[in-house]
Amino acid sequence: MIVTLNGEPAELRDSATVEDAVVASGAPSPHRGVAVAVDGEVVPRGEWDGTRLEEGQRVEVLRAVQGG
Amino acid sequence: MAEPLRIAGVDFSSRLILGTGGFRTLDVLAQAIEASRTEMVTVALRRVEPGAEGSVLDVVREAGCRLLPNTAGCFTARDAVRTAKLAREAFETDWVKLEVIGDDKTLLPDPAELLEAAEALVADGFTVLPYTNDDPILARRLEDAGCAAVMPLGSPIGSGMGINNTYSIRLIARAARVPVVLDAGIGTASDAALAMELGCDAVLLASAVSRAEDPVAMARAMRLAVEAGFGARGAGRIPQRLYAEPSTSMEGIPELT
Repeated sequence: MIVTLNGEPAELRDSATVEDAVVASGAPSPHRGVAVAVDGEVVPRGEWDGTRLEEGQRVEVLRAVQGG
Repeated sequence: MAEPLRIAGVDFSSRLILGTGGFRTLDVLAQAIEASRTEMVTVALRRVEPGAEGSVLDVVREAGCRLLPNTAGCFTARDAVRTAKLAREAFETDWVKLEVIGDDKTLLPDPAELLEAAEALVADGFTVLPYTNDDPILARRLEDAGCAAVMPLGSPIGSGMGINNTYSIRLIARAARVPVVLDAGIGTASDAALAMELGCDAVLLASAVSRAEDPVAMARAMRLAVEAGFGARGAGRIPQRLYAEPSTSMEGIPELT
């Protein structure tokens, strides 16, 4: 299955979850301070494991950076 | 300081809020936070970069500061609301520095989008601190929408021009029933002191410290400036006069010629 992960095509296993995408993004573990949006909508941390992704979805995995 | 800054029921003994943008290293940021004595700092959300070492979050938590996530880079109410929701998820706070930019050259806020986003976020339970134009009417509309503070700009972000419209800032500070935080444009310590003298309750700045030649020394200077400006305002300045007013008595001057 191909999704768009942080703007780039990424291949994940067919029944991949949001949790899999977070791991694939390279987010340092534990995933404190990380947030995920799928097709623009927030997926709460408690739902990462149980939320299946679908082909072609846009997944954004975000973390804190310095900013004004 | 005797009188704390109170935003949404939370007391701060420091009236300086520090943005974390522009610091060359996390170590310099940590030292600047300490020198500024700030109790709240801004952070932003961006894509994870694999292998990135160290986190601004660790620095902020180590310093014991409250986090104020921003929505920098958003041009629409929709994007800003989504970013705020992501920040709430990532940082476990419902406080947000709401930025909705109208133009990438000036980075000035888009007033219509800003107000729409503020209304939506307040309705969703956020504690909203909007970065706004130096417009007293817009500030009032944001306050009426339920924002916890209003944060008018002194001049464009990172410009270091100081406070371009002291009259508007004075009007905003006079009318507001929520804290007024002068946000953006501060270049040096006198700008921060002026903001407080004009009636602002706090100052938020980043570049003025992070891009100074010596950020830690400037952080300390800004702390002192904010304290000095606040103290001077409370002390009640003398009126400005066109001509001199002698401070030494004109009585009892001897005749020596």
